[in-house]
Amino acid sequence: MRYAERGYNLEIDLSRGSVERVETDPKETELYLGGQGTAAKLLWDRVPPEAEPFSPENLLIFSSGLLNGTPVPGATRTSVNTFSPQTLLMAHSLMGSYFGVEMKHAGYDKIVIRGKSPDLVYLWVNNGKVEIRDAGHLKGKGTQETAALIKEELGDNKIQVAAIGPAGENRVYMASIDHSHASAARGPGPVMGDKGLKAIAVRGTQDIHTARSAELFETCLGIAKELFENPNVGDWMAVDEDDSFHHNNFTWGNARVRRKDFWSKELQDRWTAWKYDHMDRQTSCYNCPKKCHNVISWPGHKRFSYKCYGKDTYHMAAFQELDFSYEILGLAQELGLDSYSTPQVIAFALELREAGILSDQDFPGMPADIRGRFYYILEKITRREGIGDVLANGVYWAARQIGKGAEKFDHNTTKKFEQLPIKLGKVNPAYFLMIATGEKMSITQIEGSFPQDPLPTRAQREEFVKNWAAAPDDKFKKWFLEWEKRNEISNEASCAITDWNEAMHYIDDSLGLCGFVSSFRGQFGGRTGYHVWNIPQMISLSTGLDFDKEKLWKTFQRIRTLVRAVNVRRGLRRKDERPPEDHWAVRDEKTEQKLLGDYYEFKGWNNDGIPTKTTLDNLDLNYVSEDFLKRGILTNGAASSKEASKQQATQSVEG
Amino acid sequence: MIVKAAVAKKLVKEIKVDVDKCTGCRSCEMACSAFHSLPKYSSLNPARARIRVIIDESRDMYVPIRAGEYTQAECNGRNVYTIHGKEYSECSFCPACCPSRDYFKEPDSGLPLKCDMCEDEPPLAVPMCVTACQQGALTYVEREEFVQEQKPQVKPEEMEIVFEALVKKHGKKKVIETFARLSKGSH
Repeated sequence: MRYAERGYNLEIDLSRGSVERVETDPKETELYLGGQGTAAKLLWDRVPPEAEPFSPENLLIFSSGLLNGTPVPGATRTSVNTFSPQTLLMAHSLMGSYFGVEMKHAGYDKIVIRGKSPDLVYLWVNNGKVEIRDAGHLKGKGTQETAALIKEELGDNKIQVAAIGPAGENRVYMASIDHSHASAARGPGPVMGDKGLKAIAVRGTQDIHTARSAELFETCLGIAKELFENPNVGDWMAVDEDDSFHHNNFTWGNARVRRKDFWSKELQDRWTAWKYDHMDRQTSCYNCPKKCHNVISWPGHKRFSYKCYGKDTYHMAAFQELDFSYEILGLAQELGLDSYSTPQVIAFALELREAGILSDQDFPGMPADIRGRFYYILEKITRREGIGDVLANGVYWAARQIGKGAEKFDHNTTKKFEQLPIKLGKVNPAYFLMIATGEKMSITQIEGSFPQDPLPTRAQREEFVKNWAAAPDDKFKKWFLEWEKRNEISNEASCAITDWNEAMHYIDDSLGLCGFVSSFRGQFGGRTGYHVWNIPQMISLSTGLDFDKEKLWKTFQRIRTLVRAVNVRRGLRRKDERPPEDHWAVRDEKTEQKLLGDYYEFKGWNNDGIPTKTTLDNLDLNYVSEDFLKRGILTNGAASSKEASKQQATQSVEG
Repeated sequence: MIVKAAVAKKLVKEIKVDVDKCTGCRSCEMACSAFHSLPKYSSLNPARARIRVIIDESRDMYVPIRAGEYTQAECNGRNVYTIHGKEYSECSFCPACCPSRDYFKEPDSGLPLKCDMCEDEPPLAVPMCVTACQQGALTYVEREEFVQEQKPQVKPEEMEIVFEALVKKHGKKKVIETFARLSKGSH
């Protein structure tokens, strides 16, 4: 018997209209766990690097995490992976709520979509019964509206639906896939639209088994209580109304202006009243004791929910107040647009108009007020009308399509993807590495275990490390104790810190654990719920596979290296690994490139960021090294490979 | 006729449900299904749970209900309640396993499920769903209730109706014989 997982994937070919239930190899579970880990393996095996994201060959993979549906609290995340039309690399996307769990109860660890349907369809997965159904009547419908209509049509409100809105149908690059109070951003929305798939509806009533079930259940009851009581996990912005951190430190508009004195007591009181006067409740994902979704009914607008910094992005891009976000979020979510990247694209467009690069002719009939303009451009992007058709490709591509100097206004993307709007003074070396080399595209998906900043006094630092159970090794405690200035920390420490931060996310995203109880939450206060010391126990009790910290760490390295390999095969190289030029005011190219080179070496990658044959083979990725040798990405003679990568590195430094 | 009324103590077990505190995490469903699986905790399946959170996100409805009695027929009319401006159908609060919906039916057999307050062997001090609910939406209360126990009084003429019906159906002889045989066994 397969424990924790079901051992089957559901394979759908939308071109042929075929449905298959395919047994998976348990060895893959041991090597890549599940979720994004096994999804990366499928993308490597089945999508040739030449395949365009908008092609029938591209896969769209909905994966449950290995621990979804077990009693492990907070194992709530479903990952959606594909190749992104924006970055042209592997898309990293996650959503919470119930979808992955329902999918597993229906009998499948993954739903793998290939091909393209000529007409808009939706998928109805009811345990073993699977139908591809016409979705003509859902065309143009909002994400929540679609879910409601499907539930009504199928006569069961226990069905879980993941749907795209009109933005996804129109292949807008910022389109998300929405499910319940969760949303999967950063790439898969437009691919779902390209495949002609409006939604997936799932209902599952089958058992999930675990290996050492009684022990697991009892342990998890204890963990649930701990997580509930631990203020360091979950979304503290759900309870702490002091949001001076984002408003005073992050940038406004098109990632331009810092307003260091923006926050005030008066403002906080007013905003707090707005929130609590209109908040229906806070909700949780499946089997999680935290409540991170704030559900808001703003008068005259659609009910919506947000979590964390998602409430700030629209009003900060528009230089408005919280009421503007509350106004527009319901609509934006219904249209199926990601609230992190979309406001930046709109602010970018308005800057181009100010600069005269775009003119009034590009915005016919646009209102004069800023709020009206945001609504106007939001609609244009969603429908891909006029300038909206260009902006719908995100800042990087739009800048290049518009030309006339628009490229200079694309100042906040890395790997063609909109980054969080943060502009700081001096480089934090680990952050340089994370933003440069990260393949999850947003820093929030990479950072999280080691604190962002040093604590001011030695006594505070000593207090911090005293009960730092999450630290994988004492060296992290030593580095933190000695860390006094943000920009002053050794390359050795920066490499290891980046590695640990990454490790936790790669583990979470394969197991389906939420970053808010795990990978993201160690950095603030150090008391996260899950870490490399207790996760192996969760895996062992759930799956029956023997895991310990060392094996977990090697598994992380394997998955992380495989993701890198998938992207390297599609052309990712050192030259692409550059944080925005103005992310920090004080820069030193030589020091940064030395740091990047040190990191590659630390990872066992060559000077161009390509994993070496030895590294790959040590991680049981021999099939990757063979492929790299065959394609000439790696060469047999180490010297010539080194030479080639040196050349490229020099070019990238100059370029 | 005078019948002595006895006062008896009865233990009433209550699960209080605070729908405002429910976050829709459905830990109660997961835990219930685990506790009632055989062997205990061996499988997880909210579809087998004897508690279900009825969720309607668009209307902000979160109502945990426990499986009650099985009923053969659905109601012949339903109330709609408006509470704090939100409309709830009577079914939102109804624990019945009934033909109008597929709540509380074993997914394989369709047989009705019923909450037993975890009075299994050994019984739990607190039902599992309550233990699993961190939010305090479910709380367990035991209280003693005093009830007046009265022996049922049957009037002689009511008794006669029963005998008349039996005699009519089976004949006087058969009824007397049966009564005599039954009388031998008791004193």
